Amino acid sequence: MDGIHDLGGTQGFGEVSHKINSLKYKPVFHQEWEHLAYGLLFVGAGHMELFSVDEIRHAIERIDTRSYFASSYYDRVVIGTATLFVEYGVITQEELDTLLGSEFLLALPAKSGGRSGPVGSDQFEVGDQVTVRDEFISGHIRVPAYVRGKSGVILHRTTEKWPFPDAIGHGDRTAELQSTYHVQFSAKDIWGSSADEGFVVVDLFQGYLDMAPDQNVPTLTELKARITEGAEA
Amino acid sequence: MNETLGKPVATAEQRARALHQALKQKGLLPDGFLEGFTKSMEQDWDPANGGRVVARAWVDPVYRQLLLADGTAACEQFGYTGPQGEYIVALENTPTLQNVIVCSLCSCTNWPVLGLAPEWYKSFEYRARLVREGRTVLRELGEDLPADVTVRVWDTTAETRYMVLPHRPDGTEGWSQEQLASLVTKDVLIGIARPRVA
Repeated sequence: MDGIHDLGGTQGFGEVSHKINSLKYKPVFHQEWEHLAYGLLFVGAGHMELFSVDEIRHAIERIDTRSYFASSYYDRVVIGTATLFVEYGVITQEELDTLLGSEFLLALPAKSGGRSGPVGSDQFEVGDQVTVRDEFISGHIRVPAYVRGKSGVILHRTTEKWPFPDAIGHGDRTAELQSTYHVQFSAKDIWGSSADEGFVVVDLFQGYLDMAPDQNVPTLTELKARITEGAEA
Repeated sequence: MNETLGKPVATAEQRARALHQALKQKGLLPDGFLEGFTKSMEQDWDPANGGRVVARAWVDPVYRQLLLADGTAACEQFGYTGPQGEYIVALENTPTLQNVIVCSLCSCTNWPVLGLAPEWYKSFEYRARLVREGRTVLRELGEDLPADVTVRVWDTTAETRYMVLPHRPDGTEGWSQEQLASLVTKDVLIGIARPRVA
């Protein structure tokens, strides 16, 4: 979902409001109600197993853009959680409105039913050059737009597999399990001269990736082999 | 109540309490669940946990190997796994490599090892800017890295939950694990700061 939540690389923001090591991080919550956000979320996602954490992420993404930006982090978690409890029919909008004394803001309905894991995706190895599929998905997806269509190198393949977010994020409990890959991109490749030198590593599900078309770019494994060959020659 | 876009809007606290009340009225809140979860968030999941993991890795080469090969198993030895900390990868800094963690899409963080994400980490500023201009953001935060240090930003976009294994600073030879752990702040574990010996 090409939503406003997909902030990576967006320009126009000021400085981060923090100085290193300036906070004690206690107390954890700054307002007495804030523990309710994750607490109630995990009543639904953990204790009741009514919905997945993926669905919560998507529900928060579905919050009206202006409200998303105007609300605090824990407020958005509460709105997303309330939305799912209503969508699953556990409570009603009217009950929430009555308790609140005004209209309880919920996220907008999903524009998509999601999709199952793409078939035919390859398994990749550390050192492979891969390209992020150039596709536009109107439902939940765990690909930040800044790497769409970009190529990078695999640093790690996970030893566990998880449900494909584009499916389970829409409540599909039969979602295919996939490995994810830590794919390293050059910041300059993505944003050119407006980026600092350096790298970004994105943790991407197998179904988001293809082998890069141009494999002439030497992989790390090939580079190592060349160095070894050079040493032996 | 605030007036936003011409419509009356309740406060965040009022919304949270209304949802709480709605679930309570239906008998959906199990006894002690919220209390137990809140205790975990406020007390159990703490950056001091990550500090102990790092200090052990600094003094115990075998443990360090385990942490880098299987972060989950290494953290599990201390009991530091759980929600949002089920597949842990430790990122090894060197004098010329600085790893930094972000979640550009929301706020994903390794809760059991680092504690809940702080407000600034969840801010639009950090989420938008770190991936594109990591070195600049770190300088503004107070960590002006030498020119020969490569910045590698890790965007937490799936189930891997990261922690930074910082480079052990000079001048800490012979320190106890407790002393070493005190250098490893939450900001060091996220990667925006390097350990400082006073």
